[in-house]
Amino acid sequence: MSAAGNSVAVGATPAGSGWRAFFNQSRGVRVCSCLLLAIAVLVVFGPLLSPYAIDQVDWQHIAQGPSWSSGHWFGTDNNGRDLYVRTLRGGQISLLVGICATAISLLIGVSYGAIAGYAGGRIDQVMMRLVDVLYAMPFMFFVILLMVLFGRNLLLMFIAIGAINWLDMARIVRGQTLSLKHREFVDAARALGVPAAGIIRRHIVPNMMNVVVVYASLAVPQMILVESFLSFLGLGVQEPMTSWGQLVSLGAREMESAPWMLLFPASFLAVTLYCLNVLGDALRRYNDALAGSLRGAA
Amino acid sequence: MAVPTLLVLVVLAFVLMRLAPGSPFSSERNLPPSVEENLNARYGLDDSLGEQLLRYLGNLARGDFGPSLYYSDHDVADLIREGFPTSLRLGLAAMILALGAGVTAGIAAARRPGGMLDHLLMGVAIAGISVPNFVVAPLLILVFAVWLGWLPASGAGPDASLTAAGMVLPVVALALPQFAYVARLTRASMLEVLDSSYILAARAKGLPERTILLRHGLRPALLPVVSYLGPATAAVITGSVVIEEIFGLPGLGRYFVQAALNRDYFLVLGVVVFYGLLVVIANLLVDLCYGLLDPRVQRQ
Repeated sequence: MSAAGNSVAVGATPAGSGWRAFFNQSRGVRVCSCLLLAIAVLVVFGPLLSPYAIDQVDWQHIAQGPSWSSGHWFGTDNNGRDLYVRTLRGGQISLLVGICATAISLLIGVSYGAIAGYAGGRIDQVMMRLVDVLYAMPFMFFVILLMVLFGRNLLLMFIAIGAINWLDMARIVRGQTLSLKHREFVDAARALGVPAAGIIRRHIVPNMMNVVVVYASLAVPQMILVESFLSFLGLGVQEPMTSWGQLVSLGAREMESAPWMLLFPASFLAVTLYCLNVLGDALRRYNDALAGSLRGAA
Repeated sequence: MAVPTLLVLVVLAFVLMRLAPGSPFSSERNLPPSVEENLNARYGLDDSLGEQLLRYLGNLARGDFGPSLYYSDHDVADLIREGFPTSLRLGLAAMILALGAGVTAGIAAARRPGGMLDHLLMGVAIAGISVPNFVVAPLLILVFAVWLGWLPASGAGPDASLTAAGMVLPVVALALPQFAYVARLTRASMLEVLDSSYILAARAKGLPERTILLRHGLRPALLPVVSYLGPATAAVITGSVVIEEIFGLPGLGRYFVQAALNRDYFLVLGVVVFYGLLVVIANLLVDLCYGLLDPRVQRQ
């Protein structure tokens, strides 16, 4: 279980399963889903609505507050760039990082954990001891080092951020593998002569997808947070591209004279992360309750 | 466990620094090659990497962190000694606040799960986890320092000394995410404990709710919180890097990014090792506390 382990449901027993039951859990789930969908649509299509480009300088409107008539709906920054376009384009980067970095951490964590758990014995011990050692390290420091030392390219950032989270994933997946590997269908596959790699890929991993999905959904906001942390330090994406973290950092410097530069990107970032966390939590509770009701029925 | 962890930490950081392009002396101005050679020789940077690593490890074992390459005439140990007290005060205050408030909030929420207070507190906790402290910090400054004018925006006074009022905002900003984690953990484990049969027995005896919660429930419920303190230390240390930056506090975290940009090899390594050591010590303390809180651990 992760640090935020919260296995006791708040009176949430889904009646049935499927999307409908998930959304019926509480009003918070429905509100957050709608908000998140709205943000995603706005981030993807919103920049098309504005006549301004991400790095276009409007000399007539420098550091102006939000106004409808000038077309700068969120105002402009102190270089005269349109904040609406920058916030949404920054959101594209932030969301992209969240998804890609999670995919990378899944890839590493699931294969590592499944191999360790399936191999068992000494291999398992050595592999998990390595995870313990890495776990005790101040990992952010290494990501900061990586970003400082090797320039700031997007691919490296995905990998560096993704590399943080795989430890949790590896532990969870290993635990799941241990409990799955002596089940009948795995024994049957082994008796039929399926090679180990095939068993892991076709029989073990698909059977723990629900747990993996729950933890992946909680990893996405963490990844976005790490990216914005790096961008805040000036180590993330580089101009003319931007991200929410970078916009918050620029906004924080000008907050006395131009508070909108801080407030717009900060609220986008905060609302997105909040909704993602609420949904991840709900997904976990739903999954726990589902597992409980299945066990009860058996 | 502690020694290999530290060793891996030092070696990784050392290799990473050296693989990176750039050198500590290339950024300032264009030095004639002979001068650069001299500098390299002076700091022993012209030996093979393996030799340098071994020498560094040997010096470390004797407590010598080496010189700073950027702030010449300063030892890394001096810089750490200068900056660390500020970081320590900030971090400790944040930890205490997060623990105290978090455990209290967790217990309060667990008393009536699904109730108003529970929803409110857990809403705040999710917000604390989601909203990064570098967003919270400028917002706190904007509201409490710029608009309301209640507290100073910078942690350090004019003569770089720390003021109590100036520490309020940085401590709160740094503590908020940890408060949220602790509150959620306490609530979850408290609910689990309250479900167990010996609590039922205590209820059946007619003990007052307060005694049940604090005397019987709290101790086992604290175990997950205690084991979270290790990661929490690491998170507070990382968080202090930005918090010190935002509030202009003369702490150790601020050095780190700048030192890496300057390729100040020994300073970066020194900070990594020092903080790594802190995290390792925190984890050791956690293990000890675990044994104290839960007698079953010692028997194994």
